[in-house]
Amino acid sequence: MKVIAYDHIVEQVAKLCQEANFDLGEDVISAFRQAVETERSPIGKDILLDLIENANIATENRVPMCQDTGVSVFIVELGQDCLIKGGTITSAINEGVMKGYKDGYLRHSIVNNPLTRDKSETYNSPAIIHIEMKAGDQLVIHMSAKGGGSENMSALKMLTPADGIEGVKEFILTTVENAGPNACPPLVVGIGIGGNFERCAYLAKKSLFRPIGQHHQSPIVAQLEKDLMKNMNEMGIGPQGLGGDTTAIDVKIELEPCHIAALPVAVNLNCHASRHKELRM
Amino acid sequence: MEKKQLSLPLKPEELETLRAGQQVELTGLIYTARDAAHKKIYDLLSQQETVPFTLENAFIYYVGPTPAKPNQVIGSAGPTTSSRMDKYTPLLLEHGLKGMIGKGYRNEEVKESIKRNKVVYLAAIGGTGALLSTAIREAEVVAFPELGPEAVYRLTVEHFPATVIIDSLGNDWYIQAREKFQQERSTL
Repeated sequence: MKVIAYDHIVEQVAKLCQEANFDLGEDVISAFRQAVETERSPIGKDILLDLIENANIATENRVPMCQDTGVSVFIVELGQDCLIKGGTITSAINEGVMKGYKDGYLRHSIVNNPLTRDKSETYNSPAIIHIEMKAGDQLVIHMSAKGGGSENMSALKMLTPADGIEGVKEFILTTVENAGPNACPPLVVGIGIGGNFERCAYLAKKSLFRPIGQHHQSPIVAQLEKDLMKNMNEMGIGPQGLGGDTTAIDVKIELEPCHIAALPVAVNLNCHASRHKELRM
Repeated sequence: MEKKQLSLPLKPEELETLRAGQQVELTGLIYTARDAAHKKIYDLLSQQETVPFTLENAFIYYVGPTPAKPNQVIGSAGPTTSSRMDKYTPLLLEHGLKGMIGKGYRNEEVKESIKRNKVVYLAAIGGTGALLSTAIREAEVVAFPELGPEAVYRLTVEHFPATVIIDSLGNDWYIQAREKFQQERSTL
């Protein structure tokens, strides 16, 4: 049995939230660099260079790359032989988010009540926390700072088996088309297929935690990811929707079994500031 | 690409000669307002009450900055999605607002109102809040401080970069730029 102190998790999560907002991952930056080489629109190329410069300023000055420092989304892999001493994993993460966001001068972007719009009194929390139980004694915390603009352009549809792969593709491409400049392209497109209504949305979100450029392990699904990305980059939306080759820098799919009557599909759009970090204990 | 220098407030003839697709840099005063402030401004105007800052000839930047660190004028301050302000925009334009800076599509009603009032809609690069904040020299809360990051700030900007998206003739650069790129690409 491994024992991890509650306060240690709070500290580490606080640090993780700040790093996610200040330090854009090398996977994302190299995708930008690669896109600069292939982008044929001069303004598109300039925008991609600005994204790289912006990321450099954020890292050097320890400031958030984007003012929308997001809702903190966590996927926690909790080993069954791992014990958190002093409180629950959920409250440790929420406390870490509050601390990290407040001390790091990150934005408090959470309203307590979506209808009355009353601001939450707990700084940028509660976070969205998904816990997956695992064998062993490891605790792995994946964190993403998810922006609201791209989340707003995301979509879910309950397709039927008759719609097939073509129907799935059409829905995904229509979602990207409708988002246009609103979701801050170049996009990372997360797709969940299968499960049920809520599960496919989770799968779409989960896919966004994979590093940029890492395809699905199944060659057939990986091919679908590549085909969709090609289709998206032929749309001409381009960086910031001002025309160009680079509408998406990555497309990711997660699949799970589903009901014989169902073909649920969720498309979770992520802006170019794909902020995800990982912590292993 | 050549960037047209604009000194705010703009004269009507300067506003009306701006064209969709032009790259510009703004210098002067702009106000910030996003969802919550727009709702308050809209409600005040609807009830014929006074808005606590002057909309006449003003530019509004759709932004909710991060808190400033002790050595900063303002935190990160990039544009937020403009379409959420569509519901409120025509009324603000009727009260003298001359320009908006955000990102993303506007609806047909806003486009019509932009044409009718001969104003302009600009976009800054979304997700570059760290970079864009370097063009902001001063920031002061002038209305609705209770809204925190959604309060109205008066900003002094120097060479703030943006692209003209919808001009006073109603041209929409999001549509035109994409068509232009697709045409050029087919010849490459």
